Amino acid sequence: MSLRLESIEKSYREPDGSRLPVLKVELFELGDAEQVALVGDSGGGKTTLLNVISGITLPDSGRVEIDGTEITKFPEPTRDRFRAERIGFVFQTFNLLAAFSALENVLLGMSFSGKRADRKRARELLDTVGLSHRLHHRPGQLSVGEQQRVAVARALANSPTLLLADEPTANVDRGNQENILKLIRDACTERSVALLLVTHSAEVAGQFERVVQLADFNRPENAA
Amino acid sequence: MNLLAIATKSIRQRALASALTGLSVALGVMLMVAVLVIYGIVGEIFSQRSIGYDLIVGAKGAELQLVLSAIYRVQPPIENLPYLFYKQLKEDKRIADAVPLAFGDATEEGAFPIVGTTSRYFELEYAPDRKFMLGVEGRGMGKPFDAIIGDEVKRKNGWDVGTRFKLVHGGNEAHVHDEEFEVVGVLKRTGTANDRTAFVNLDGFNMVEGHDTPVEQALETLRNFFPEDERIQNLKPEDIAGADGHDHHDHSGHDHHDHETADELLEVTAVLLIMEGQDDADRAFRSVRLKKELKKGQAMAVNPIVPMRDLMTNVVGNVRTALVVMTGLIIVVSGIGIFVSIYNSMSDRRREIAIMRALGARRTTVFSIIVAESLLLCVGGGILGLLLGHGLVFLSAPFVEAQSGLLVDPLAFEPVELILFPALIALAALIGFIPAMTAYRTDVARTLAE
Repeated sequence: MSLRLESIEKSYREPDGSRLPVLKVELFELGDAEQVALVGDSGGGKTTLLNVISGITLPDSGRVEIDGTEITKFPEPTRDRFRAERIGFVFQTFNLLAAFSALENVLLGMSFSGKRADRKRARELLDTVGLSHRLHHRPGQLSVGEQQRVAVARALANSPTLLLADEPTANVDRGNQENILKLIRDACTERSVALLLVTHSAEVAGQFERVVQLADFNRPENAA
Repeated sequence: MNLLAIATKSIRQRALASALTGLSVALGVMLMVAVLVIYGIVGEIFSQRSIGYDLIVGAKGAELQLVLSAIYRVQPPIENLPYLFYKQLKEDKRIADAVPLAFGDATEEGAFPIVGTTSRYFELEYAPDRKFMLGVEGRGMGKPFDAIIGDEVKRKNGWDVGTRFKLVHGGNEAHVHDEEFEVVGVLKRTGTANDRTAFVNLDGFNMVEGHDTPVEQALETLRNFFPEDERIQNLKPEDIAGADGHDHHDHSGHDHHDHETADELLEVTAVLLIMEGQDDADRAFRSVRLKKELKKGQAMAVNPIVPMRDLMTNVVGNVRTALVVMTGLIIVVSGIGIFVSIYNSMSDRRREIAIMRALGARRTTVFSIIVAESLLLCVGGGILGLLLGHGLVFLSAPFVEAQSGLLVDPLAFEPVELILFPALIALAALIGFIPAMTAYRTDVARTLAE
C-alpha cells in the first residue's frame, strides 16, 4: 500500500478566533503504482490535502501513512527528509527556480535527499521528458510546456514512490495539456510510482480509471 | 548540488548588488591590510631585530634624530664629534668594536646618502645574524677613494663596479665636490637603509675639500670636548701635523693618496659601538654604564632601540590603532550593506525558499544557504581585499620609499592579517542571521499558495 489517510481533519484559525474546517478525510487509500484523479472546486482544500500528505502541514488530527510509515508522527526535519526521498511534487505554476538552468533545477531536486546529486541521472530524466537539448536553459528561456516538463523531471529526481501533482495542466495550453498528462502518467507507470493528481478539469479527470471527488472524501467507501 | 553552489547561484542572481556589497568589503579589507602591512614593515624596520649595534654615539642632541640619521639615514646629522674621540672609544676595553660614520653628503645623482666609514663596517653584522655580502665582482674598500654602494643605489642609478661619482655637500645641493669616488663593490640587498646608501672610505671622505675643519675651529672644538685633557688644552696650531696649507685646497689634478690630514682636524658624525660581554645582558649592562659616563661630556650614547620603540609606541602605534579602527568600521559598514542587500532580497525570495522546502529542504538547510551567501560575500570580499591590499602595498612601495626613505618589501605579509578571516566569518554569521531566520520561519504552505 502506497498511501493511507485516516480520520484526517484540518482547520485554520479565523481572525475572530474561530476555526474554519478546510479538510476532512475519513479514509483514503492509494495502492502501489495506482493513479487517481482528485477533483474538487477551488478553495475546497485540495492543496491543503497535498500539503498534509507530503508532511508540509500537519493535520489537526488523524494519520498519514506512506509505504507503511506513519509520517504524521515524525518531527518536521524527518518529514522533510521523507518528503525529499519518497515524494515527488509537480506544481500548477511549475515552481522552477529562475536562477537555475533546467539541469540545475533537477539537480536541486536531488540535493535535499541526503544522496549525492547525480548529474548523469538528471540528464537522463531531462532526456526522458524530451529536453536533452535544453539542459542549460533557464526557466525564462523555456516555453510553458517545457517548464512543466522540467518540473516533472525534477519530481522524479529522487525515484519517489508517490507523485503529487497539483493542477499540473492548468497553466498550459490545450495542446500541451495532453502531452504533459501523458508524460506524467507514463513516467509513473514506467517507474511504478503512485500518482495523486489534483484537477478541477473533468476532461483531465476523465482519463483516470479512479476519480475521487473531494466532497466525498469523508465517505469510507472511497477507500481503495 | 551543495549549499555553497546554491548560495553562489543566489548571489549571481543579484549580481550587481552582490558585486557592489562584496566590493565594499574588499575595499575595507584592502585598506586594513595596507595599514597593517605598512605599519608592520615600519615596525620591523624600527625594531631591535633590524639593528646589530649596542650603542650609537653622536653629538648631544635629540636621541631620535641621532638614530634616524645614523641608522636609517632619513634625518640630517646633529653635529660632529672629534675623530680623536672615536679613537678614544676604539681603545676602550669595554668596547669590542667601534665603527666611525661620517655623513651629511649625498650622491650627485639620485641624492642617496653618503656614509664615510671603514671596511670594518662591512665585516660586522648589520642586524643580528645578518652580514653584508658583496656581489661577485666587488672587493672591499682599500684605497681612499673607493666606494661600496647598496643594491638600491645600483638599481636606481644603474651604477656598478667601476662607476665614478661625485658628492653633493650636505645641505647645499649646488655645491658639488670635485673629488670622484669609484665603486669597487655592490652590496647584496639587505632590506635596510644600507641598500640606499653609498659608502665611501672614511680616509677619502676626509680628504674631500671642506671636510677637514679649519685649524682654529678644530682646536676650539677639541678644547671644549676634552676640557680635562691637558695636552689638548695646550695644543697650538703649529703642533698639528699637516695642518699647514690644508684648510682650503684643490684636490683636482693631483693624487689624493699622497697626503693625510691630522687626526685633530678630522671629525666623525657618529660611532657605532658593539660592547664587550659574554651575553646580551652583560653587554646591556656595560652599555648603560658607558651611556651614563658619556652624559657628563659633550657626546651622547643611545641604545638605538629605545627612541625607536618610544616612537613606535607613542606616535606610530597610536596612528596605527586609529587607522585599524577606522578601516575596521569601514568593513562593518560594508557588512551592514551586505545585510541590507540580503534582507531586501528576502521578500522576493520567499517563494524560492518555500519551493526548496517543498522539495525537502529542512529549515536549517535554507538557514544555512542564507548564511552561506553572507559568508561568500564577506570572505570573497575579504580575499579580494587581501589581494588588493597587497597590490596596493606592492604599487605604493616605491612611493613610500621615495617619500620616507624606508625600504618597503612589496611582498611583506603580516601574520595579524590571518585574524581578518575569522573576524569576517563572525561578521558574516552575524549579518546573515536575521535574513536566515526569515528563511527559517518561511510558511511553506502559505507562501506557495500566494
